[in-house]
Amino acid sequence: MPGLAGVRFWRETQSRYNLTGNRCGKCGTVYFPPRPLCVTCHRESIGQMQAVNLKGRGEVQTFTLVHEPRRGFELQVPYILAIVRLDEGPSLLGQIVDCAPEQVKIGTRVHSVFRKIGEEGKSGVIHYGYKFVPD
Amino acid sequence: MREVMVIGAGITPFGELWESSLRDLGIQAGLEAIRDAGITSCDIDALFVGNMAAGRLIEQTHIGALIADYAGLAGRNVPTVTIEGADASGAAAFHHAYLSVASGLHECVVVGGAEKMTDLPDADVAEIMSTALDQQWESFFGATLFSMYAMIARRHMHDFGTTKEQLAQVAVKNHAHGALNPQAQFRRPIKLESVLGAAEVADPLGMLDCAPISDGAAAVVLCSADRARKLPGQHVRIAASAQAGDTLSMSSRRSLTAFDASRVAMEKALKLAGRSRTEIHLAEVHDVTTIGEILAIEDLGFVKKGEGGRAAESGMTALSGELPVNTSGGLKARGHPLGATGIAQIIELSAQLTGKAGKRQVKDARVGLAHNVGGCGATAFVHILEAV
Repeated sequence: MPGLAGVRFWRETQSRYNLTGNRCGKCGTVYFPPRPLCVTCHRESIGQMQAVNLKGRGEVQTFTLVHEPRRGFELQVPYILAIVRLDEGPSLLGQIVDCAPEQVKIGTRVHSVFRKIGEEGKSGVIHYGYKFVPD
Repeated sequence: MREVMVIGAGITPFGELWESSLRDLGIQAGLEAIRDAGITSCDIDALFVGNMAAGRLIEQTHIGALIADYAGLAGRNVPTVTIEGADASGAAAFHHAYLSVASGLHECVVVGGAEKMTDLPDADVAEIMSTALDQQWESFFGATLFSMYAMIARRHMHDFGTTKEQLAQVAVKNHAHGALNPQAQFRRPIKLESVLGAAEVADPLGMLDCAPISDGAAAVVLCSADRARKLPGQHVRIAASAQAGDTLSMSSRRSLTAFDASRVAMEKALKLAGRSRTEIHLAEVHDVTTIGEILAIEDLGFVKKGEGGRAAESGMTALSGELPVNTSGGLKARGHPLGATGIAQIIELSAQLTGKAGKRQVKDARVGLAHNVGGCGATAFVHILEAV
């Protein structure tokens, strides 16, 4: 990811490596990525947001097979991107890997795996995070 | 708030304009707008510029000051500001220019939009357009703007039976309209088979489902209705200027087949204008992809949710249809110089409402609507303009 300083990504590693989201202590809504305050309870949720590790299991809401990639993803073309709704509630975007595109449908059950996402040039920082694999 | 009129318009051709820089384009559109309005630069109280990404596209920020300087406004110390709302920057600038006149702060202002996209290779431009998404939680994982729209299209097809042919029909129609617009980037019709057979971008969207990379600028002059009455020329009344927002990341939304920002902006705009949907004669909507136009006509309430694909197929949105949509050719065929698009939409409406749209004139057009979306739906503007 040219031009993006590595430090920006380090800040997010806890959530990217461990699927750490958070839960509003007031209404119980689970968020991923974690939010500083609950979008329903607003001010009342301040100080009540509790970190929670998500299991990484969920269902494909929609997907696409990307042929015109983002910079840094050229070697992966075509790659599958999906929005997955996790069993705990929140939806998130990620790649689906280790399968043929035909295996992915809306409703396909998937689980998260820990993978390399990208790198900053040949000698730069390597970014890791989650991808998904069909169950 | 007082009434505000559009009293002049200027637009450059859209396309790959190798000979022109951003400042050339901005000046060309701005000067034409001032001349068209029949005023002089001494009448201008402020300049608003919509621009999404010049900071990365040409490594120039402070675009308002740049254009004001080269337009000769700096000598009078005219205030100027650049406004950014991703590819809704043009509509965002228009909204704030409108507010400045409606509030009484200014009497007469110029609002322009400009983008110079072809100074960089296409891959860099695609990357920059994707900065309108959530960098940390979408783009990081390989998402591009068009891949987000592709996921909307997939879900729309799943939920409502929308077909690739229906998507393609939007591109065919908008190219047919573009063929009638001398300023459009693409001025020739295309066939359905060409759209369906085009190189894939993000399945189910192909290259001809997506708006092109374009250079271009557009500008209009706004002034109070009181002042406008003393000026010659045909003017258009701004009946509503409304905006709504949504989550930046698409994953956090209520629906993957609707832009709530568009829906809410439309509700606000109709209320401000005191109009119903059936009173709108034509619409310029944000067809950055073909599914974008289908979503737009649904979210704006012109057809029921899920009926957009069938509406495109039926010819309802063609020039001769019940509600002509994107008579300019839309983002798809007129071109999509990000920050310029929202102003170009206003200019198309102004041309239509003053009977100056030539071969693409909608008969008896009195009320027009412009719909400009930022990124993948986190920002939406709806403007309603009326003939006077």
